Amino acid sequence: MADIALPPQDIPVVEGSYLENTGKHKGLAAWLLSTDHKRIGIMYMIMLFSFFSVGVVLGILLRLEMISPGGKLFPPQVYNALFTLHGVIMIFLFVIPGIPVTLGNFFLPLQIGARDVAFPRLNLFSFYLYIIGAAVILTALFVNGLPDTGWTFYVPYSLRTTTGVTIAVFGVFIVGFSSILTGINFLTTIHRLRAPGMTWFKMPLFVWALYATSWVQIIATPVLAITLLLIVISRVFGVGIFNAAAGGDPVLYQHLFWIYSHPAVYIMILPPMGIVSEIIATFTRRTIFGYKAIAMSSLAIAFIGYLVWGHHMFVAGMSQQADMIFSFLTFLVAIPSGIKVFNWVASMYKGSIDPQPPFLFVMAFMVLFSIGGLSGLVLGSLATDVHLTATYFVVAHFHYIIFGGGVFIFFGALHYWLPKMFGRMYDKKIASWDLLVMFIGFNLLYFPMFIMGYEGMPRRYFTYLPQFETMQHISIVGSWILVAGLIVMFVNLIHGSIKGPRVGPNPWGGTTLEWKTASPPTHENFEEEPVVIHEPYYHEEALTR
Amino acid sequence: MSEISLPESAKHTGHAEHPKKDVHGIKMGMWLFLMTELLLFSGMFLLYSAYRYFYTKEFHEAAMYTHTLFGTVNTMVLLTSSLTMALSITALERGKKWLSVTFLSSTIALGLGFLVIKYAEWSTEIHEGIYPGSPMLFKHPRGFELFFAMYYLMTGLHGLHVLVGCGLLTVMLIFIVKGKITQEDTVRLEAAGLYWHLIDIIWIFLFPLFYLVN
Repeated sequence: MADIALPPQDIPVVEGSYLENTGKHKGLAAWLLSTDHKRIGIMYMIMLFSFFSVGVVLGILLRLEMISPGGKLFPPQVYNALFTLHGVIMIFLFVIPGIPVTLGNFFLPLQIGARDVAFPRLNLFSFYLYIIGAAVILTALFVNGLPDTGWTFYVPYSLRTTTGVTIAVFGVFIVGFSSILTGINFLTTIHRLRAPGMTWFKMPLFVWALYATSWVQIIATPVLAITLLLIVISRVFGVGIFNAAAGGDPVLYQHLFWIYSHPAVYIMILPPMGIVSEIIATFTRRTIFGYKAIAMSSLAIAFIGYLVWGHHMFVAGMSQQADMIFSFLTFLVAIPSGIKVFNWVASMYKGSIDPQPPFLFVMAFMVLFSIGGLSGLVLGSLATDVHLTATYFVVAHFHYIIFGGGVFIFFGALHYWLPKMFGRMYDKKIASWDLLVMFIGFNLLYFPMFIMGYEGMPRRYFTYLPQFETMQHISIVGSWILVAGLIVMFVNLIHGSIKGPRVGPNPWGGTTLEWKTASPPTHENFEEEPVVIHEPYYHEEALTR
Repeated sequence: MSEISLPESAKHTGHAEHPKKDVHGIKMGMWLFLMTELLLFSGMFLLYSAYRYFYTKEFHEAAMYTHTLFGTVNTMVLLTSSLTMALSITALERGKKWLSVTFLSSTIALGLGFLVIKYAEWSTEIHEGIYPGSPMLFKHPRGFELFFAMYYLMTGLHGLHVLVGCGLLTVMLIFIVKGKITQEDTVRLEAAGLYWHLIDIIWIFLFPLFYLVN
């Protein structure tokens, strides 16, 4: 890895990188019509982080409402609309497409030594479906008023409200279709396009994670699609499928909804878990401990995660027997996650750890994800769940897992792969200190919610009892610190990707295939088809040292 | 960089310039897509079975109001169309382009015929006062309304798939005529055929559930 030592001005500019236009189209069209997986990944990234910013602003406003009891900032109806929008945008437009469509699109072919995904045109089509779906969801803002059902669209209220639920739900349906097509594309890519010599157990763990995720995407999303379609049809034609007055059963809607939406949580968390493995292997200069166990635990999570949806409905009136089975399965699904965490920690043992920003993000993840995961067990056991259902405790648990776990690793992955994507480096010192700021802000924001939830503060209320005032205020201050940290991070990353010092093909000493090609990669990814001999995390210099 | 070593044979294979069409990959993608279609319908089958369990007697009685003759004729039409679909693929594989075109056209015609019969059937039923929220259904016990809600939803979604399938097959027809799908390269026609057979299979399950179990 001689290029690490080169000063930036001596690193040659990459000829024919994917950032240069070479096709028949020029300017913006060269991006919008490109079937290059790298360009599609970047376009997704721009869209996703735009929606993320909107979601963050809504989140800040939700917190700000709590500055004093009584809903003085927004009237209750507006507050309902705000948390619905926050949920719909963050879940369906940001975290669920999340890492697979952005970094997955960019790095899946690179990591398996392929030129592109299996169906490049389908890939672009998925992107436009996503855009259309998002546009439809946003249309709902201007027609019939903001939806106010919460992101779960529970019946019977979602059938009765006069707000723009029909349009919003239809938008989510389209986005779901985009997700299905991406899943099919990735599965076929992983099965068919691995470089010569890359057997299943020589695949990087990020690829394994994407593989498991794609299965969840194609198995679970159709069920959501039909459920949402039924909401639309019920509203438009007055069909009484979930309407108790016509003999229908509203609880069946909850079942169908969570049959998708619980596995969706694993769509959100499996890719970050894969990235954690990548980053740990790179920055400890060691192979990953328990490679096969980590790979298989991804599949185990995908499989068991499909059977635990009932734990969202412990208070919805299922039979006690069903409650107990779902609770047991919920505990079971914690085991593969535990396997991963222990293997990661074991991988660091006796490694030569290089605490660069991506690695520090992993450290933050370990803490936040563990808190989130363990609080999940509290919600998974029947007796405690009855007390904590629909309180701030659930909100805190969910944000620790998805934001503290998933999205922090999304950020960590940006810090890890940005030099590869743009051939330039951000300011590492700012990145590291900024992570500390975000970590503090995050915990100030969400940890008080555990306490408030335990003490009985219900979620989705525009007001609260005076006894929660101090905690609410700590949480609000935390949200400001977190947002300040986010702004600094994005400025640092964007500045780094445009103006930062240039880096060579392998600035971190990574061992997977994406580090064997130029930074930024060329349109064809590899000049010659790579042939894989070693397992993915084979550190040559570690053996000779 | 010892991880990558290039054997002589791997060089100059033109790996980057002309990726060969991956027939196996295309079929695999199609099978995965068919699986998602099955799961889409499975949500409705789940609802059907749950409501059948809640309202066993009513579902039995309500099924007597559907027109078994329409259903039977449609079943025959759709099964025949699956046969002509398979014949069309085989004909093309043996190099008989125009025979293939003929069979494919009959498949599309049968598919459209199915939709016409379905339209006639729905019209008859709506004329008889059977539709979601109709006053006639309100006179019957509650399960009746749900049975016909499921009936219209499931056969409606299936009909939509028939329509999409006809469109897809028409595109394939144009490709064959223009020589874009040939004896050497039948994979797209085969994939479209798989989709058509799936539509057929779903109907085979819908038919007994709505017409025969009464």
